[in-house]
Amino acid sequence: MARLVTARHAVSTNPLKSSAPLGAALAYLGIEGSVPLLHGAQGCTAFGMVHLVRHFKEAVPLQTTAMNEVTTILGGAEQIEEAIENIRKRAQPRFIGIASTALAETRGEDVAGELREILARRRDFDATRVVYAATPDFDGGLQDGWAKAVEAIVSALVPATQQRDPDLRQVTLLCGSHLTPAEIEELVRMVRAFGLEPLVLPDLSGSLDGHVSGNWSGTSLGGTPVDRIALAARSVCTLAIGEQMRGAARIIEDRAMVPAQVFPALTGLKPVDGFVRALMEMSGTPEPPPSIRRDRARLMDAMLDAHFFTGGLRVAIAADPDLMFGLGTALAAMGAEIVAAVTTSQHSPVIGQMPCETVILGDLGDFERAARVGDAQILITHSHGRHAAHALHLPLLRVGFPVFDRIGAQDACRLGYRGSRAFLYEIANAVQAIHHRPRPEDFGATPPPEEFSHVPHSAPC
Amino acid sequence: MSDALTNRIAQVFNEPGCATNTAKSEVSRKTGCTKQLTPGAAAGGCAFDGAMIALQPIVDVAHLVHAPLACAGNGWDNRSAASSGAETYRLGLTTDLTELDIVMGQGEKKLFRAIHEVIEAHHPAAVFVYATCVSALIGDDIGAVCKAASAKWGTPCIPVDVPGFVGSKNLGNKLGAEALFDHVIGTLEPETTTPYDINIIGDFNLSGELWQVKPLLDRLGIRILGSVSGDARYRQVAMAHRARVTMLVCSKAFVTLARKLEERWGIPYFEGSFYGISDTSDALRRICGLLIERGAPAELALRCEALIAEEEARARAALEPYRPRVEGRRVLLYTGGHKSWSVVSALMELGMEVVGTSMRKATENDRERVVQIMGDDSHMYENMAPREMYTMLRDAGADVLLSGGRSQFVALKALVPWVDVNQEKHEAYAGYMGMVDLVRAIDLALNNPMWADLRSPAPWDAPLATGAVLPAPQGACPITHIAAHPGQLPAALARPLAVASGSATDFEDC
Ligand code: SF4
Repeated sequence: MARLVTARHAVSTNPLKSSAPLGAALAYLGIEGSVPLLHGAQGCTAFGMVHLVRHFKEAVPLQTTAMNEVTTILGGAEQIEEAIENIRKRAQPRFIGIASTALAETRGEDVAGELREILARRRDFDATRVVYAATPDFDGGLQDGWAKAVEAIVSALVPATQQRDPDLRQVTLLCGSHLTPAEIEELVRMVRAFGLEPLVLPDLSGSLDGHVSGNWSGTSLGGTPVDRIALAARSVCTLAIGEQMRGAARIIEDRAMVPAQVFPALTGLKPVDGFVRALMEMSGTPEPPPSIRRDRARLMDAMLDAHFFTGGLRVAIAADPDLMFGLGTALAAMGAEIVAAVTTSQHSPVIGQMPCETVILGDLGDFERAARVGDAQILITHSHGRHAAHALHLPLLRVGFPVFDRIGAQDACRLGYRGSRAFLYEIANAVQAIHHRPRPEDFGATPPPEEFSHVPHSAPC
Repeated sequence: MSDALTNRIAQVFNEPGCATNTAKSEVSRKTGCTKQLTPGAAAGGCAFDGAMIALQPIVDVAHLVHAPLACAGNGWDNRSAASSGAETYRLGLTTDLTELDIVMGQGEKKLFRAIHEVIEAHHPAAVFVYATCVSALIGDDIGAVCKAASAKWGTPCIPVDVPGFVGSKNLGNKLGAEALFDHVIGTLEPETTTPYDINIIGDFNLSGELWQVKPLLDRLGIRILGSVSGDARYRQVAMAHRARVTMLVCSKAFVTLARKLEERWGIPYFEGSFYGISDTSDALRRICGLLIERGAPAELALRCEALIAEEEARARAALEPYRPRVEGRRVLLYTGGHKSWSVVSALMELGMEVVGTSMRKATENDRERVVQIMGDDSHMYENMAPREMYTMLRDAGADVLLSGGRSQFVALKALVPWVDVNQEKHEAYAGYMGMVDLVRAIDLALNNPMWADLRSPAPWDAPLATGAVLPAPQGACPITHIAAHPGQLPAALARPLAVASGSATDFEDC
């Protein structure tokens, strides 16, 4: 339905996207006992770390190969080896995920080949699984980096098999970058409600959910256990949440013949219905558990209450493709009109299915302009959208990454029956918070003549 | 890397004005003050980051980052340098180089167009263009582009050549300052000058800290003419050569700039700090003293002393009510180490015990003062690994941590109060009243009743005195339809977590 237009300007004003290596690092943080390692100069890592910490309000392990002027020219293979060695010494990680940056990729290094050589030679690294994804900053955004990292993880750790030996109660849940820890938990709850056991990958719900643990670790705490990733080969099915996870699901399908289903969006009644139907079929449950039934009934009621506010609502949204698509379609299904849609990456088929005429590949400058032109009533994007909200005097619903000027971003749940319900409430309440009292001028009427006005005077003493 | 940049780096490393540097041998001086970074064990920003930190507080300038997304995309809008006027500096502007731009060698052209768009859209006082790793690697000549752009559109375009890979944040601070010296300072003349004109270099006006001090200067009739610091205007930077005195705030990074101002324009400088009561007084005295040396009337000194006496008394009086609330509490101070002794002495004056202070960036001089104040050097740390700090805090080695954002969660997760005293902080702690605000913040952090609750045991930390006897589960599992068999579970002393009897339960609950 929608056409992708690339904003035609040389300067990007107020970037919307976060970089691809950061997305990869975030995905790696969903593995238990891991340290993400950015291959590049140290600054990228420092920026990335601050970015992650501001969002999650957690210390985040993130390392760099610290390329300098010399290695920039000569190549950084030694830096990688040294980095792995040092990280192993200090943090004893079970997993190191490497993501390259623009600097390493502009040089055109064969990191994958060099890494293979290093790992073949350094058998002492064997206790740590090392995975690499090429994620130059100049191609795509956070979502693309995340997807590439997950593809790298499954390529390296899911064994290729000729024989199917499925565990009929296990499903693999591949989570896209747009899912918050609370959303992963909600999906897990739904899957379990059908008697199925989800293998979540990557799993931020244990590592970046915000908890006090009682000790200090130099690696991620919680997340998918490295040893369990191989078990994805035995799942009865792979459920890919977000179009971005299709690639990884395919890889598992190719390697281990696990059939895959992709759910581009799970917000709003119909998309969740589709997911529930799939779970019913997979588990052979003709009757869904009562909690699922009840949640659906409550979502229906929320829709009834919310549609007064969402009907005709002019929405401007800016986010990575999957998030934009999920929330955008859910609102359109509630009668809202998407007057501005801005996204970060051209690499996604869901862009074409957005319920609006055009999707802009651009920045928050474009977002502000398009929202103004489209006379938007509400803005939906991450915290950097506050500048646009300020300029346009519009409410801003903070979604995606980063959300740094509100706490509890990891707890926002906008999918499943329950999350959709919460999302509709959020929107309806933001709309109701806009102060507007009707004035005669709004309708072209004149106010009552001044002579009728009461003139206050002080009481005689 | 261009030869020009190599030379400039060599030059900024050889800084006679820097105490640390002059103490080094000839050989070690040549290697510069950045340590070789260890892969896998490095932390900290790059040179580009440093230059941005130094220059971004100039508020009416458009800061344009010539790079793929990472440099600006992950790092814009992340500091709280405050402005009393233009908001241009807050814009996140980048050429967002794509693969195509890089492969086709279109970086310079794109930059040129980007500068034009920025000037058209935002009418900045100047455009600062930052070169980064990738733009340097592909050989884009931002100097030439800036020159052409300045000539074409009349808005000064200043090249800041700071690819991240050349070194640390600190080096970037220096290179940023160099760019100002080479291209900006001395390019405009003020309408009038007074004997009370000063430069302030290196204060970033974080959360408005400069404004905590400015009233003091205002009362003395001292004018901030030139400023390479927070809330600065481009014109102020350009006119900095006409000030009488330079105050260098808490910053070794800008010492080269201050020295060059002295060499070329004869402006004496001193290093001072506005953190802590005694430091603030010292700084005011130094400013006035130097101004008088340079021709200001001698009565300034008297006015200065009167002001100091009044303000110190006021601050001490304002601090007194906090004494009972903070007395005897143990502070761990983990900052750059720079000049922290002034804060240390103020806290000790209030009866707090400083159990440790980091000296990572401190000079010999700073060390001596800490020893003087604290009696010995047993409480000085060079560097503390997060795990070490966590263990120390968890084992109640300190009651409160004062540090930068990096160690925030080390303290919080150890259930120890934390007060932000570094660059990203959101409170202002400068000057006399700033010290009061800092102590107030410490009080609030320390004495929040939440801590006692947090440290109290969880419900399951003590064993149950009595067990509950529950009936065995009934009904069938809704999924498998397998009936629960009463009697299979040990009936007595079942754990109090059990399915409510008779209800149709979810699978997840059974
Ligand atoms: S290290 Fe280089 S690429 Fe990374 S942020 Fe700094 S300048 Fe940009």
